[in-house]
Amino acid sequence: MLRSRFRLAAVLTVAALVLAACGGGDDDSGGGSASGSSNEIKVFAAASLTAAFTKLGERYSSANGGTKVTFNFAGSQALATQIQQAAPADVFASADIPSMDKVKDLVGTPQNFASNLLAIVVEKGNPKGVKGLDDLASPDLKVVLAAEEVPAGKYAKQVLDKAGVSVSPVSQEDNVKAVVTKVSLGEADAGIVYVTDVTAGGDKVEGVDIRDDQNVMATYPIATVKASKAQGKAKAFMDLVLSADGQQVLKEYGFLPPPTT
Amino acid sequence: MTAEARHRRAGGSRIPILLLVPAGLALGFLAVPLAGLLARTPWGSLGAELATPRVLEALRLSLVCSLGAVGVSLLLGVPLAFLLARVEFPGRNLVRALTTLSMVLPPVVGGVALLLAFGRRGLVGRWLDQWFGITLPFTTAGAILAEAFVAMPFLVISTEAGLRAMDRRYEDAAATLGAGRWTILRRVTLPLIAPSLGAGIALCWARALGEFGATITFAGNLPGVTQTMPLAVYLALETDLQAAIALSLVLLVVSLAVLVALRGRWFPTA
Repeated sequence: MLRSRFRLAAVLTVAALVLAACGGGDDDSGGGSASGSSNEIKVFAAASLTAAFTKLGERYSSANGGTKVTFNFAGSQALATQIQQAAPADVFASADIPSMDKVKDLVGTPQNFASNLLAIVVEKGNPKGVKGLDDLASPDLKVVLAAEEVPAGKYAKQVLDKAGVSVSPVSQEDNVKAVVTKVSLGEADAGIVYVTDVTAGGDKVEGVDIRDDQNVMATYPIATVKASKAQGKAKAFMDLVLSADGQQVLKEYGFLPPPTT
Repeated sequence: MTAEARHRRAGGSRIPILLLVPAGLALGFLAVPLAGLLARTPWGSLGAELATPRVLEALRLSLVCSLGAVGVSLLLGVPLAFLLARVEFPGRNLVRALTTLSMVLPPVVGGVALLLAFGRRGLVGRWLDQWFGITLPFTTAGAILAEAFVAMPFLVISTEAGLRAMDRRYEDAAATLGAGRWTILRRVTLPLIAPSLGAGIALCWARALGEFGATITFAGNLPGVTQTMPLAVYLALETDLQAAIALSLVLLVVSLAVLVALRGRWFPTA
């Protein structure tokens, strides 16, 4: 009796852990300890950069004697607020220029390092036959967008405005990854996300292109944080992102080069 | 009473410093954040901040959802408490553990679990969708469900404790006097456990009102439909700090009111 009860408890525990692992994606836990320890830098980066920057972090660590890179991935506007409230960041990479502008007194000179286009994300196989933005206005379709407070949500609104399509979303998620999650779970039929999120979304989702004349180019700036006690290391990370090597990694994850202007 | 005894009763005038320092730190740790909130509150524009349609909408929705969650908890949780308190059955401890699981589960995990169970593709949700055309995520009903999932245990535990503590001889006496089951429940049992039930309702309601993780994960975030106060605070924090602080203050006042209402019941006055 006791033994079977124990086993059930174990099963429940494992189940809970598995669920926790699935749900952890849209966590926005800030950097806990103070930065500045000799062998670590903290990079605050837009949620859409999760996969590409994780890869770049590994590159950086192996090229810099094992310096640990700790990431805080979240919506850029949330990261900007955290930096305003003196969160211990060394580098800030934003998915839009307004979020970077919000902290312009607290960071060094920003440089644009990538750009991204928007796409419609649908379930694998596109069961609802979504062909373009016009289809998103259909009342039969459950559309999820990022909240307008989030860059991805702001861009999505611009795209829809440009196309003259009015959409009533069933939810406005607090970051762009949560939009992909809702679609990949089958709860929503479509969402508007970055092209790179469709790539990162795995085999449960696929993308529907948005016509060039309706699309919006998202520009990603990066800067070091003035309050950082690891200026050299922070600068080195920024240089890596801007280097040919770094640009190659970003390209692999679907990012486009920054606008040339 | 001798002077010495009175002295002892009063707790002694010399408080050991070893106790005082960490206790003071603990108190500060718990109180300073609240002071921070109060210090930054835009008192002058508070009325205007709270009167915006967005805030009023979130307030209204929070009331609807939290009261709905209390309703669901009363309807289903109180019978469960009776079962746990009054009926011997194998695996009762396991059932009790399951009942309280959502209290200790991180709410976001609860939200994911709810999606996998009651989502459009979920274990149960898929049939709800196919047979009745009901989908819960992204609806107010879904937000109520998420809040009830997290808050119901507070009511169950409190009610069960009340049932266990009450003197059942009153029920026996009523039965020997010819009262039926329904009458006994209504006239004897419920009045006797009313304090525990009341405390359970208050705690359940407060927990539902503060629910964030399960709600945003399961029900999403849409003003007027699923964006309750805590969600509005979280999103306002990213763009409009003043509004976020004003909303936080409302939640703080409500929490304090619940504590004050429960004083002496949940926390015996020394």
